Amino acid sequence: MTSPDHTRSSGRFRAGARRERPPAVLLVLAGLGSLLFFLPLVGLLGRVPWSDFIDLLGDEIVTEALRISLVTSLTAAALATVLGVPLAWVLSRVDFRGSSLVRAVVTLPMVLPPVVGGAALLFALGRRGVVGEWIDGATGFVFPFTIWGVILANTFVAMPFLVITVEGALNSVDRRHERAAASLGASQLTVFRRVTLPMIAPSLKAGVVLAWARAFGEFGATVTFAGNLEGRTQTLPLAIFVSLDADRDAAIVMSVLMVAVSVVVLVALRGRWWNRNPVTA
Amino acid sequence: MTRAGTAYLVAAGLLSFTSLACRGSETDDAGTAAPDGSSGRAGGTVLVAAAASLTDVIADLADAFEAVEPDVRIEASLGGSSSLVVAIEEGAPVDVFASANEEVMDRLVDDGLASDPIVFATNELVLAVPSGAAGGEVTSIDDVGRDDLFIGACASQVPCGAYTDDLLSRAGVDAAFDTRDGDVRAVVTKLVEGELDAGFVYRSDVAAFDDELDVIELSDDLRVVARYPVAALAEAPNRDGATAFVEFLTTDAAREVLDAAGFGAP
Repeated sequence: MTSPDHTRSSGRFRAGARRERPPAVLLVLAGLGSLLFFLPLVGLLGRVPWSDFIDLLGDEIVTEALRISLVTSLTAAALATVLGVPLAWVLSRVDFRGSSLVRAVVTLPMVLPPVVGGAALLFALGRRGVVGEWIDGATGFVFPFTIWGVILANTFVAMPFLVITVEGALNSVDRRHERAAASLGASQLTVFRRVTLPMIAPSLKAGVVLAWARAFGEFGATVTFAGNLEGRTQTLPLAIFVSLDADRDAAIVMSVLMVAVSVVVLVALRGRWWNRNPVTA
Repeated sequence: MTRAGTAYLVAAGLLSFTSLACRGSETDDAGTAAPDGSSGRAGGTVLVAAAASLTDVIADLADAFEAVEPDVRIEASLGGSSSLVVAIEEGAPVDVFASANEEVMDRLVDDGLASDPIVFATNELVLAVPSGAAGGEVTSIDDVGRDDLFIGACASQVPCGAYTDDLLSRAGVDAAFDTRDGDVRAVVTKLVEGELDAGFVYRSDVAAFDDELDVIELSDDLRVVARYPVAALAEAPNRDGATAFVEFLTTDAAREVLDAAGFGAP
């Protein structure tokens, strides 16, 4: 079950180490574990209408949904990074009352069913929502049914993955480097930019990828908060959902497209980021 | 209004979740009809896959049925008719399928997965608006063409969306839709929350949210009536229970429950 990528990276990590046979019990459990992911993929690929594959891929519904999915998931990942890294830093470095409450609320979207998350967003930021009504009155802008609604829903569900990953990294780095920089006169912001960020770079990148992946696959919060309209708010998961019954071939082709895009991105980033010496990045 | 919406969402989520969870642990005794030898021929649990538009009425129907057949427990799994068919085709252990669309049922019959469907209820597509201060923008079918309003309906791929397309083409109106949701409940939620100025939903949905929604009456030539067929499935784990529930749906007791929920007679 090892891909060439894994073999290569593990070979690199173990370079110089004593070669030893991995314990059978771990191999068996790992094999079972990976089956859980390989079997559905095989099932999906078994249903692909290969003869019409290219035709279906070129369908405007598919290309539009792919475009909206890429735009919204990448924007959400960027927003999650810009807002999430400072949030993680505050949670890790600033001592304040209620920090554990903030942490719990921030990670709520990870446990909340996304549909409920979407409804909560509506209650807060919808046209009649607590804040949304005020925004509408002041600017005439309404989140639901716009691409910004999709981005907001995506950011809501995706950012916790980044915050948790980055906060974990911030908590485990060696603080002496930061203190040394501070004692040489660097301001807190400079220490953060020049010392802390480079040290946590690998985790930060992992967090960005996790957040992007979560946003790319987002369905429930989006459909509840932003609606579903071709060419405006319909992402690939939404397009798959509405075509699953009427046009299953199209739905399967879009699912394979999602798998392909995700695998390409994850493998490319993994090769690029995880295998490098983290600190010299 | 907001609270009702939340409660509904949470309830819907829990209902579909628990019904499947319960099912998992009870499949074993579902197939054996009245093993304890009590009165009825049917026993165990009957899993009913029901169209999303039956969400509110199905619990009442189950109560009325369980009053007659105390040995049988009804579990409902709700979703878009077409999604439910996919689940059934992929082998979900469903006993009864109640669809919002005859075409979808016919597909199951053609595939030999169901036989002898009976139409047990009808419903009507209506143009609904939030009642009170939140509504008022849409007063006729022509208003759904206005770009400055938020208009919603189901996606064309699901029955309520197909009915909407039919109605609009007969009305000769080009609607300025802001969302085409995967099932009718998503449209209802957005209407109840006042996010949409108008939406095409079923009359039964408006009956369920009497205080929050109003109907814009349309002319008779724009009437679109949905017929709800129900059938016991060929692969039903609980065949006897399934047949008993399907037969019950045509009784007067069931009719009374359906009437109260806004569903017409076949």
